[in-house]
Amino acid sequence: MDECCVRTVDVSEIVQAVRKLAMNTTSNVPKGAINALEDAYLREESPVGKEVIRQILENHRIAREESVPACQDTGVAMLFIEVGQDVRFTGGDLYEAINEGVRQGYVQGYLRKSIVTDPLFERVNTGDNTPSVIYTDIVPGTDVKIMFAAKGGGAENMSGLVMLPPAAGVEGVRKFVIDQVRKAGPNPCPPIVVGVGIGGTFDRVALLAKKAVIRDVGTSNPHPKYAQLERELLEEINKLGIGPQGFGGRTTALSVNIEFAPCHIASLPVACNLNCHAGPHDSIVI
Amino acid sequence: MAVIRISTPLTDEITASLKAGDNVIISGTLYTARDAAHKRLVSLIREGKELPMDIQGQIIYYVGPAPAKPGQAIGSAGPTTSYRMDSYAPILMEHGLKGMIGKGSRSESVRDAMVRYKAVYFAAIGGAGALLAKCVKASEIVAYEELGPEAIRKLTVEDFPAVVVNDTFGNDLYEQGVKEYKIDTCK
Ligand code: SF4
Repeated sequence: MDECCVRTVDVSEIVQAVRKLAMNTTSNVPKGAINALEDAYLREESPVGKEVIRQILENHRIAREESVPACQDTGVAMLFIEVGQDVRFTGGDLYEAINEGVRQGYVQGYLRKSIVTDPLFERVNTGDNTPSVIYTDIVPGTDVKIMFAAKGGGAENMSGLVMLPPAAGVEGVRKFVIDQVRKAGPNPCPPIVVGVGIGGTFDRVALLAKKAVIRDVGTSNPHPKYAQLERELLEEINKLGIGPQGFGGRTTALSVNIEFAPCHIASLPVACNLNCHAGPHDSIVI
Repeated sequence: MAVIRISTPLTDEITASLKAGDNVIISGTLYTARDAAHKRLVSLIREGKELPMDIQGQIIYYVGPAPAKPGQAIGSAGPTTSYRMDSYAPILMEHGLKGMIGKGSRSESVRDAMVRYKAVYFAAIGGAGALLAKCVKASEIVAYEELGPEAIRKLTVEDFPAVVVNDTFGNDLYEQGVKEYKIDTCK
């Protein structure tokens, strides 16, 4: 190994970074979402819908100013870690360090603990919001990028996945996404962000949809055809009439974000992951 | 927008005066309960045992609040999605529950039970937990402390804002709202 190029990172740095992200993220709704809500406030035709957006913006302001979570559901702690391939971790187990950061952040930050041990039989609350869900990617370089998202249960429960035949094409994708949002109706706290994964495999497409839903509101897919599909889907979703909180109106979604990947000749996997207007996420580079 | 003030406990007269779409401001007591607490309450009823609180004329708020910071009565406290309580709600109404606060649609059997037992379902703004927490003046745990955020709490609220979704006449604001704002795209 070429020692000169290897960077060592003590896992205590990871604990601190994750703790900080957990403590600060849920009270700071991302700027992209705030801008989209402000635009929606001006455009919304339904008086009740307009009032709902006003109160949501007021809520997000209080959360930021008083450092309290915008929503009580501070979610599953999701960590997306990009590890430079020339990084070597010292001082302990990386995943344990991440969970220690989550533990400290959720306890010290007065965040809600929403994780139960086993899903089916006991369902005992673990008391510190661990374990978190962790994904790691190995990338070139010596940086460690940590992205944190607090994923609430309400919107997550309204998500879905389908393995379409390739012949279903764009129309099939469109129909699946629109139906998913229609079925979700008022449940995921609209206005929502819609994350769509297309391609890959059964497991990968769900992760694509997750990555899409935590992409900043106001960004679009770099591929022009997918970017166009994002805009068309958003327009169509906002014709459904669901509106803010489902009380009726024009603002059902703030954004549709698509991520795609190559797939098998026989497949067209599509996943739809929803997030609410709060959708807190943030990242740190170490 | 006209706003109707109501206080708990709710009577049949009060619930009958409310219509889907009404904006209300609630003062008085709300009991918090979500999935795990509902499961326990309903098994107590089925076993013929006494509940940890009297639900006559009361409102249950579907919420699992965040912990209070020092100086706060409660942490962020917005509604959770209500359909998960659908299988438990009718029997609670049969035993005197008059109101529920949550977010999202209810099943047909819950809506029928609301008409039968003269109960009302309100929505509070999902994701506005920081704002709604300001209406909570006091909070004490009534039962099931070990459930953490899912424990049953007695909240004293002042001017808690909500919207009537299902009234005692079978109306549903979500259906009305979508009908009014849907734009048909013929394809
Ligand atoms: S869907 Fe989002 S805003 Fe609504 S309760 Fe869940 S986390 Fe909060």
